[in-house]
Amino acid sequence: MSESPAAARSPEHAAFIRRVRRGKLAVLAAQAAILVAALALWELAADRHWIDPFLTSQPSRIWETLVRMASQGNLWLHTTVTLRETLIGFAAGLVVGFGAAVALWWSDFLSRVADPYLVILNSMPKIALGPIFYIWLGDRLSVYGMAVAISVIVTITMLYTGFREVDPNLIKLLRTFGATRAQVLRKAVIPASLPTLISSLKVNIGLTLVGVIVGEFISSKAGLGYLIIYGGQVFRLDMVMTAVFILILISAALYLLVSALESSVLRWRG
Amino acid sequence: MNDTKLELRDVGVKYVTLQGETDALSDLSLAVRDGEFVAVVGPSGCGKSTLLSLVAGLVRPTSGTVLVAGQPVTGPSRRVGYMLQEDYLFKWRDVAANVVLGLEVQGRLSAASRARALGLLDKYGLSDFKHHLPRQLSGGMRQRVALIRTLAVDPEVLLLDEPFSALDYQTRLTLQDEIWGILRRESKTTILVTHDISEAIAMADRVIVLTKRPGRVKTEYAIETGNGAAAAPLRRRRESAQFARYFDLIWKELEAHVGESGRG
Repeated sequence: MSESPAAARSPEHAAFIRRVRRGKLAVLAAQAAILVAALALWELAADRHWIDPFLTSQPSRIWETLVRMASQGNLWLHTTVTLRETLIGFAAGLVVGFGAAVALWWSDFLSRVADPYLVILNSMPKIALGPIFYIWLGDRLSVYGMAVAISVIVTITMLYTGFREVDPNLIKLLRTFGATRAQVLRKAVIPASLPTLISSLKVNIGLTLVGVIVGEFISSKAGLGYLIIYGGQVFRLDMVMTAVFILILISAALYLLVSALESSVLRWRG
Repeated sequence: MNDTKLELRDVGVKYVTLQGETDALSDLSLAVRDGEFVAVVGPSGCGKSTLLSLVAGLVRPTSGTVLVAGQPVTGPSRRVGYMLQEDYLFKWRDVAANVVLGLEVQGRLSAASRARALGLLDKYGLSDFKHHLPRQLSGGMRQRVALIRTLAVDPEVLLLDEPFSALDYQTRLTLQDEIWGILRRESKTTILVTHDISEAIAMADRVIVLTKRPGRVKTEYAIETGNGAAAAPLRRRRESAQFARYFDLIWKELEAHVGESGRG
């Protein structure tokens, strides 16, 4: 993301570059140190029985569980189920949210009519809808219902706000060339809103994962959410922690994916 | 005279809001000859920008008619190019892609029209910057790209809405000269709206002074620079003895308004 530093122009410049690099390294080192120290302390505390590893699990046990479940094959199954649900839910939320935001931008009447509904739906806890989705959509589809419900309103609101904040002069300029509304949308509004779109993607990764996991809590027979609920019910904290660990990896990977997309799409922002 | 390119006949524009209505322009009549450069000055809020929006087809007159090349204006038209106060280059497009924006919108982007647009970049010293992004250009260069974007669709009439107001003084003077030269070479009919009296005198063949709101034509001055054929803006500023005289006349004309309306 940052530009690669130019060659040093003078000893002072070289010293400056060294200082900046040292600063970056120090931050990275501190971040790694915190992680390592936390894991080591956790392991040690469980070993010495300062804490009860039955309740807290411990890194080495999580690792063992991970390896065991991986070799038995069902870890992969649960992970891919959750990943698939997340990606599909994410895409569906984006498509529906984007479509709705375009419709609101297109029709001022519609956006004014929809406004109070959006405000209320946005502040309402979507998780409360879980049982309803379960009954309406069944145990397979209700996960997707949950994932979309939890992310779509935020997507609509963020994108529509972004569309409206596009400089009206860019639109005026297009109109002087005789642009249609569709051209204004395609040539100015959407490209100018790409930064907003990317931020909404970043928010949605987290929200979609919440929706999927909650959906799995309520209804599913597979997936990391299922694994967590099941592990909790049979008091196998190793299993719960392992699933949580994989969730962390998934969300980090998806976030990095969007960041990579961001830096390739938004090169013009400099 | 039959070479009238642009004509406003008894044009009035009312803006309505819930609070009431405002007359922006009333009974304004103005004719501009083919190839003529007209500058419009007037007190703030006198409807100068509304005048341009009318000609551009962005605003409909409440009364009267607007004719471009003898045709009533009913909406944005290819005959008219509009240059706004700032460049408003699309920052996600490079210079070349910005320049062909109008052609793209009008569905006229072909190999030939693109070559012509890029040719204008070459002609006016921007060929090295085709693949630069707007943020990599200086203010003056950006405004030149904006002009070429307007010229690329080959309009017959050009509307300039204080196109130099966002630039620093030095750049402004240079660019006035350059753009004046470009418009002259491409033989465009031009209306320039400006606050800057000296800019109006330096660039235009004729300066129109509008009254305060509702705006109508108060006075007009044919600018005779005394150098024979129309001289370039910088030369007019430096050499024309008439420059100061026109400045003084128009200044007084506008000052009277400021006194009357009690605002700047």
